[in-house]
Amino acid sequence: MSGEAAVAATRYIDALNQGMATALEEDERVIVLGIDVGAGGGIFRVTRGLHERFGSERVIDAPISEMGYVGAAVGAAMTGLRPIVEIMFMDFVGVCMDPILNQAAKLRYMTAGALEIPIVFRMQTGAGKAAGAQHSQSLEAWFAHVPGLKVVMPATVADARDLMLAAVRDPNPVVFVENRRLYGSKGDVDADPLPLGKARVARAGEEVTVVTWGQMLRTCLTAAEESSASLEVIDLRSLAPLDLETVLSSARRTGRLLIVHEAVQDFGAGAEIAARAGEQLFDELRTPVRRIGAPPVPMPFSPDLERALLPTSKAISTAAESLVSEG
Amino acid sequence: MSTKSKGPPSADLYATMALIRAFETRVAELYRDGEIPGFVHTSLGQEGVAAGVGLALEEGDYVATTHRGHGHCLARGMEVEGMMAELFARGAGICHGKGGSMHIADPAKGVLGANAIVGASLPLAVGAALSSKRLGQGRVAVAFFGEGAVNQGAFHEAVNLAAIWELPALLVCENNIYAEFSDSRTMARVPSVAARCAAYGIEAEVVDGNDAEAVWGLTVHAAERCRRGDGPFLIEAETYRWHGHYEGDGQEYKPDDEASAWRERDPLEVAAAQFAERGAQLGAEDLERIRERAAEQVEAAIEHARSLPAPDPSEAYADVFGEAEVPA
Repeated sequence: MSGEAAVAATRYIDALNQGMATALEEDERVIVLGIDVGAGGGIFRVTRGLHERFGSERVIDAPISEMGYVGAAVGAAMTGLRPIVEIMFMDFVGVCMDPILNQAAKLRYMTAGALEIPIVFRMQTGAGKAAGAQHSQSLEAWFAHVPGLKVVMPATVADARDLMLAAVRDPNPVVFVENRRLYGSKGDVDADPLPLGKARVARAGEEVTVVTWGQMLRTCLTAAEESSASLEVIDLRSLAPLDLETVLSSARRTGRLLIVHEAVQDFGAGAEIAARAGEQLFDELRTPVRRIGAPPVPMPFSPDLERALLPTSKAISTAAESLVSEG
Repeated sequence: MSTKSKGPPSADLYATMALIRAFETRVAELYRDGEIPGFVHTSLGQEGVAAGVGLALEEGDYVATTHRGHGHCLARGMEVEGMMAELFARGAGICHGKGGSMHIADPAKGVLGANAIVGASLPLAVGAALSSKRLGQGRVAVAFFGEGAVNQGAFHEAVNLAAIWELPALLVCENNIYAEFSDSRTMARVPSVAARCAAYGIEAEVVDGNDAEAVWGLTVHAAERCRRGDGPFLIEAETYRWHGHYEGDGQEYKPDDEASAWRERDPLEVAAAQFAERGAQLGAEDLERIRERAAEQVEAAIEHARSLPAPDPSEAYADVFGEAEVPA
């Protein structure tokens, strides 16, 4: 590896940090708020250094009161600040859904645009770390179901920074989902910038369109390497807005569509994409749309049991190959 | 220092209460007659709190209120016409027919909205207070809520946040005894909101909510404290809801003689007695004229709302998202 390439490789977690630092730097109205995000730098160290650099007035430690501080962040967004508010584990959103569901998502609409709610809800998630049923859930479909929320899931180092900046600059509430298994991943932070709302063709292929997002992108890319079938892998990047056009135009060409996500398959976001593809590509697909997600059981603690539930590259390549052999 | 050192603006307080009384009285009738759709919660009997707090605030101050918020909106200067058109669900309503009674708002007047989630006004107002402090605006953010909301986690979390961050948040509890259908005194071992608040280390004071001048005086004091940077303040205003939780509520849960006893303490009558006691600063005829003017203003707003067309169906799709600015 050349020295230059080694310098270019940035960790995902640092790219997130850079995105927030740039946002804090370029706009005085931006604040960072959450449990342990200040002096402690966050339990995963995502906000490390921001407190020292921007001070406790802008990088604010909150008590363990998600309903209170997430609601306060929404109130602050309504009145001139642009908060980046952290929910330490996505599972914890259960205690603070109201400010997101009933306040942030609806206040612009209910006031006919008189109120603007520029806020980023950072939520860390991800199974595969023996964190158990209350620290492992991928709940992005919940938020994509609520009109008025944008939902982004950066899968790459570049997107960790770029989507963070785009989310802060956006005048709407954005649910920003970080999979902690990506935190240590490395890549080029300046690769291939795309706006929020556009999907990326992460790997070109001919026979099967694989749609995925977040941490599962890596698994799908591995599957594409391993598979005897030619997989075109699409990183959706955001569920809302949903870049259906990129998905449909690829599937139209390959004639086969496979959707992969870490979240529970039943009633997951994959079902929506499958339904849309069914509605619009019924005559053009060679095989029925297929989905791969976690089975409908809570995530167990044991790493062995977890592994039994999470989609693997083998399962993905096998599914892709069976689609090719079907038609 | 300010004009407020001269004492309460008695005539304006009375006029504001009269306007709220006229508005709510007619809204209840219009709802009963099917002219106003949805759910409606009136604040009849509680006008003293709305007027007292509303008139003690400065321009630019924020107010986050509740499902029973018409009075607070009027006291903060929201237009009667635009509010009535909204309640009539017209496209020319202040929220284009997308908010209605429970979500009525006018950010230009600092009114961040009525809110249909009990307790939701508290974190939102605390956030507005955070903005004010962070941006150095010197604005006070008021959360109106009922004593029923004090059993919500949102209350406790918000009060604690306001306290530890020393925010200019003025928390105004309208204690009207009933949390929806239930007597609040049976819903907590410590029913005093002010007492419960003491545990968070913030100052709290109880006031007769049907005495608008007293509410005004306490609010001026509390708002000045907030503006000075002394942190949050809680006002527990004791009052009574003349009507049910919502219009149409039969109120079987209220004891027979309770409502009549509270009507003896009608906030408009309390004010009239104060005028009389002070030697007819405003006489009975003056007060009657104020009430008539309020009624006329409300009737005109009703006629205007009736004349308006229904919203265009395309309005339903507008304002879900704001357009992102294209970066330079």
